[in-house]
Amino acid sequence: MKELIVIMMTVILVDNFVLSQFLGICPFLGVSKKMDSAKGMGIAVTFVMVIATAVTWPIQKYLLERYDVEYLQTLVFILIIASLVQLVEVTLKKYIPPLYKSLGIYLPLITTNCAVLGVTIMNIDEEYTYLQSLSNTLGAGLGFLLAMVLFSGVRKRLEECTMIPEAFRGIPITLVSASLLSVAFMGFGGIVEGIFL
Amino acid sequence: MKNKLKTLTNGIIKENPVLVLLLGLCPTLATTTGAANGFGMGISTMAVLVCSNMVIALLKDIIPSKVRVPAYIVVIAGFVTIVQMLLKAFLPTLDAALGLYIPLIVVNCIIFGRAEMFASKNSVLNSAMDGIGMGIGFTLALTVIGFIREALGSGTIFGMAFAGEAWTPMMIFMLAPGGFFVLAIIIATINWLSKGQAIKKKEIGCDGCPMIEQCGGYCDREEGRLA
Repeated sequence: MKELIVIMMTVILVDNFVLSQFLGICPFLGVSKKMDSAKGMGIAVTFVMVIATAVTWPIQKYLLERYDVEYLQTLVFILIIASLVQLVEVTLKKYIPPLYKSLGIYLPLITTNCAVLGVTIMNIDEEYTYLQSLSNTLGAGLGFLLAMVLFSGVRKRLEECTMIPEAFRGIPITLVSASLLSVAFMGFGGIVEGIFL
Repeated sequence: MKNKLKTLTNGIIKENPVLVLLLGLCPTLATTTGAANGFGMGISTMAVLVCSNMVIALLKDIIPSKVRVPAYIVVIAGFVTIVQMLLKAFLPTLDAALGLYIPLIVVNCIIFGRAEMFASKNSVLNSAMDGIGMGIGFTLALTVIGFIREALGSGTIFGMAFAGEAWTPMMIFMLAPGGFFVLAIIIATINWLSKGQAIKKKEIGCDGCPMIEQCGGYCDREEGRLA
């Protein structure tokens, strides 16, 4: 149990997907203008990530590895994620309309979000067990959500700021603030070991 | 011929995928801890881009438009797998350095975007030219970013020390914050040199996102409403 918590906390704070591993930068910069959409995107990504891991891990272990076709991993995983996203969308639309209303708009974008494919492959590369994989994935999703929500707050301030030099307006200043947020997250280095071990 | 040359050079400067169109930022930031890594990532992506562009241009009349997204994904993933195997066999050090980001070429917006925006509407030769141009532009951007980060962060150029004791490397440029910072400075410089003309997009958003047709830009709107 402790091990699972350590894996999860590490990926949320220390090895944050966006701020230290550069996975999911496009939605991080593109959808973080408003707090609501940042939250929605973060939750939708977490949701799809967990489902994707729950499906891809057994497929890797019991299908690809068993029949020695691990080289199909990339192809199989991306197809599974693409069809899962569709499936989740249809299911939510039919059975849980309120959830679909708040998350549905973000779902089509998630297929090409590298954080989702990244986490499923990372779980295999790190040789995590099924439970470890799920906890790593949940942590990755929550870390993404945390970074999105924090950054949307920063951007709100940026938009009100009028003192930015001409050349830095827009994208450059956004990247500089992302860089500073990333420095802040570096401060978490070692915290997990300190608390749990 | 002149047109083809224009298609080729378009991707290198005027529509540089990273520095002007701002696509594919994940691999750009993650693999540029050194000039050699950036270069390797650029070339790998270019190989996939050229091959997938050509195959998609060949198949554009056969693939029904309703299933084009999964069809493109399969084509791209196939070429990524080939590149992955070649790197593992012949360049194991580069493979180890790039690691996770090699399979992630599949979800690189540049490749999908060019398939959707260019290869599905143009001839095979033109698509190949576009792929080469965009690939060179991507490689160039990654190498430049990698060069700067490596020089500042570890005091080496392509792995060779250039200043010896006189230069104290600033580790932070090799870490995540340095990646964001160097990219910000480069884009700001382009903005400054071109007096804000080069980079038309003022925010990173839906323009150029390959999924725009599916989502219609809802993600960027206030509390998106679905019909």
